[in-house]
Amino acid sequence: MDLSPILSEATVASAGETGSWRNYRPLVSSELCSKCGNCIVYCPEGVIFEGVDSVEIDYRFCKGCGVCREVCGQKAIEMVPE
Amino acid sequence: MILPGNASCQGCPISMAMRCLDVIKNPVLVIPAGCSTVIAGLHPKSAMKAPVVHVPFPSTLAVACGLSEAYKKLGVEANVVAWMGDGAADIGFAGLSASAARRDDVITVVVDNEAYMNTGTQASLSTFWKAKTTTSPAGKTEERRNLSLIMLTHKADYVATASVGYIRDLRKKLRKAGEMAGFRFIHIHAPCPPGWRFPSEKTVEVARKAVMSGAWILWEYDGKLRLSKAGEKYALKENRIPLAEYLKQGRFLHLSERDIREIERKIDEDWEFLLRFS
Repeated sequence: MDLSPILSEATVASAGETGSWRNYRPLVSSELCSKCGNCIVYCPEGVIFEGVDSVEIDYRFCKGCGVCREVCGQKAIEMVPE
Repeated sequence: MILPGNASCQGCPISMAMRCLDVIKNPVLVIPAGCSTVIAGLHPKSAMKAPVVHVPFPSTLAVACGLSEAYKKLGVEANVVAWMGDGAADIGFAGLSASAARRDDVITVVVDNEAYMNTGTQASLSTFWKAKTTTSPAGKTEERRNLSLIMLTHKADYVATASVGYIRDLRKKLRKAGEMAGFRFIHIHAPCPPGWRFPSEKTVEVARKAVMSGAWILWEYDGKLRLSKAGEKYALKENRIPLAEYLKQGRFLHLSERDIREIERKIDEDWEFLLRFS
């Protein structure tokens, strides 16, 4: 039996490109970031990844909640108005 | 376990908790109506990397139990997770209690944001005394119910409380639950920015302050009740931060000094009551 019409497909952007909801953009300072990973585990969206010198944010889906700035022990994240 | 671009609000504690499901092997989610339903996505799209069954409130644990038994018969390895909010736990409580008493082989996770947030912040049995909601505009007049303690008295195989403010502790508890068999229950404190009326970036801070002020107790039970490492020092009153620090939320702005003292007294009582089981 073909179940495809009744099964949902797991996909990013199930509610669209949520980056457009953002009022404030988190900017990471690569000098201050120690890559401790706090923002990575606490980001509600799961859009922060480990990069080369600091963490990297996927702005396509980042909703701009600011949780990353609050949990950053190094104060390496700044929220700037879009 | 949850893909970006989902419908959760900014700073949502439920999506933080859903991300932690990664530590459970082969999860299958059973979700009654609530914010989690919305976050999981609208057909034909899904934000979850695991199979999700959307169910009516009271049937949640019945469906979860049925799935778990069917998977066993078929020889499919799966961890069935009944994922609900405190509202669904209220409405489907009979099923939840029965399932715990039968020791069904499921994990139940309650993400507790202390009101019916998805329908617009109506008071639930988990709502704090004196908290403002749309059905208690002058502050709730009744006491809140301690759901995890009720589950403990069912002698469930594993019962734990956790908080999105202590993600590593939460992941550890979910992993432990995932590796066990039997009825496992995890009660996650989930401060909700729009419902509790605080800015979205404060989710983690508010969750931590709840633990640090003693208002949310981190413990686990696997035959024996233990306070969790992350929060055990707050058993001593001198280690706690002032309760007023935690109560800096829109829903508590109307509290008087006397109310705060009364809440403090209730919190002391809660600690004393819980520690009797240890």
